[in-house]
Amino acid sequence: MCLAIPGKIVQLFPDQPQTAMVDVVGVRRKVDLGLLQDQPPVAGDWVLIHVGFAMSKISEQDANDQMRTLRMLGEAEAAMQEVQGYGLEQS
Amino acid sequence: MKFVDEFREPEVITRTAAEIRRLADANRHYRIMEVCGGHTHAIYRFGLKDLLPSNIELIHGPGCPVCVLPMGRIDDGLSIAQQPDVIFAAFGDMMRVPGTRGSPLEHKARGMDVRIVYSPSDALKLAQTNPDKHVMFFAIGFETTAPSTALTLVRAKNQGVHNFSVFCNHVTIIPAIRAILDSPDMRIDAFIGPGHVSTVIGCRPYEWIAKDEDKPVAVSGFEPLDILQSIVMVLRQLKADEAKIENQYKRVVPWEGNRAALRAMAEVFELRPYFEWRGLGFISQSALRIRDSYAGWDAEQRFHVPGVRVTDPKAAQCGEVLKGVLKPHQCKLFGKECTPEHPIGALMVSSEGSCAAYFNYEHRKTAMVTSIESVA
Ligand code: SF4
Repeated sequence: MCLAIPGKIVQLFPDQPQTAMVDVVGVRRKVDLGLLQDQPPVAGDWVLIHVGFAMSKISEQDANDQMRTLRMLGEAEAAMQEVQGYGLEQS
Repeated sequence: MKFVDEFREPEVITRTAAEIRRLADANRHYRIMEVCGGHTHAIYRFGLKDLLPSNIELIHGPGCPVCVLPMGRIDDGLSIAQQPDVIFAAFGDMMRVPGTRGSPLEHKARGMDVRIVYSPSDALKLAQTNPDKHVMFFAIGFETTAPSTALTLVRAKNQGVHNFSVFCNHVTIIPAIRAILDSPDMRIDAFIGPGHVSTVIGCRPYEWIAKDEDKPVAVSGFEPLDILQSIVMVLRQLKADEAKIENQYKRVVPWEGNRAALRAMAEVFELRPYFEWRGLGFISQSALRIRDSYAGWDAEQRFHVPGVRVTDPKAAQCGEVLKGVLKPHQCKLFGKECTPEHPIGALMVSSEGSCAAYFNYEHRKTAMVTSIESVA
């Protein structure tokens, strides 16, 4: 739960400025941008996601490294399950 | 050391491990606490202990949010959900944590409406799609998760969603570190600081640890090299008789933290005068409660909460393990009554809990080696 998930912002919604579509290794889900108010991301930026909220902007290199760390920790599957679950898609 | 080849930069890892051996004074025993459960998991998973000299002992800290939550709070949350038309929503990590009469999952099997959510905002969404029910979100976590709960409450208030509440169990990391340093049976030489908590709070809140307690801190990332580099950082300080806060995880952690997240927390939460932690007891100003301006969304104010204190099963030594006084395998129940499949204590449930981490990597490894040896 304490390990953040890296994702790429692929779409912003002008009518919903608090929301962005992110791509996490091919899975697209909406995340909340409210915690990045002071440094609003643009499409193409990489972010660390925690429980459905983008927490910090990171470099693409760091995003790749973080995904690799999750894989090595055996947490990648749980992370993907979490991402897939965002928006109650699974329930 | 087969693992080293799989690491991203094996030569750098080997070099850093050599640097650690060079820095560690053979006549000294070092006790370094990694505060965060994510680090505990990584240390076991990557077998980092095998890269360290035997006089460096890593002590697992209190940074696993489900582990430090006393059983009474789980019972309290479940008792709210026992009321008619209440949906109990929580993260997957919570589902198998034992309460006195079973875990949330076991309550679900007995008919309680229990749902896994992956984000607090999804719990709010659940309330919006179930207007005839009340959704109670069982919130846990340190400062990494608390801002997301806070923003969700702001959204609930702004959107006028009244069939939603939060049972707040958010805790704060600094008072826990203070309690450990104040505890007479603990001796810690240095800290590996939590990475993702620090993206929110920044590095400043740790400064007293260096200034008043004379202990080095390195805020660390989660890769094997990050953790080893952080150990180098604190060993260098100890060798030079220094104590300061170093940020090994600069690429993610800004010194000042995330101000928007801190603002959201300040808007919604205030400090509780005290809160009970498993193993550490009551710690003053160590947890968050929902401000009166959000009372309508505070499950503790909306529902009757029994608030009964429950002690852990007698033989369970979760408290001692949480404080780092005992190693996981020294608990009498470890690997016998208590396993990841049948957890007695929360430390065996979460992958960040030291008992689960120890069981999954150390214990299974040893069991495998012994069985291979017995065949040979
Ligand atoms: S083995 Fe089980 S009972 Fe013993 S300390 Fe660990 S979680 Fe608690």
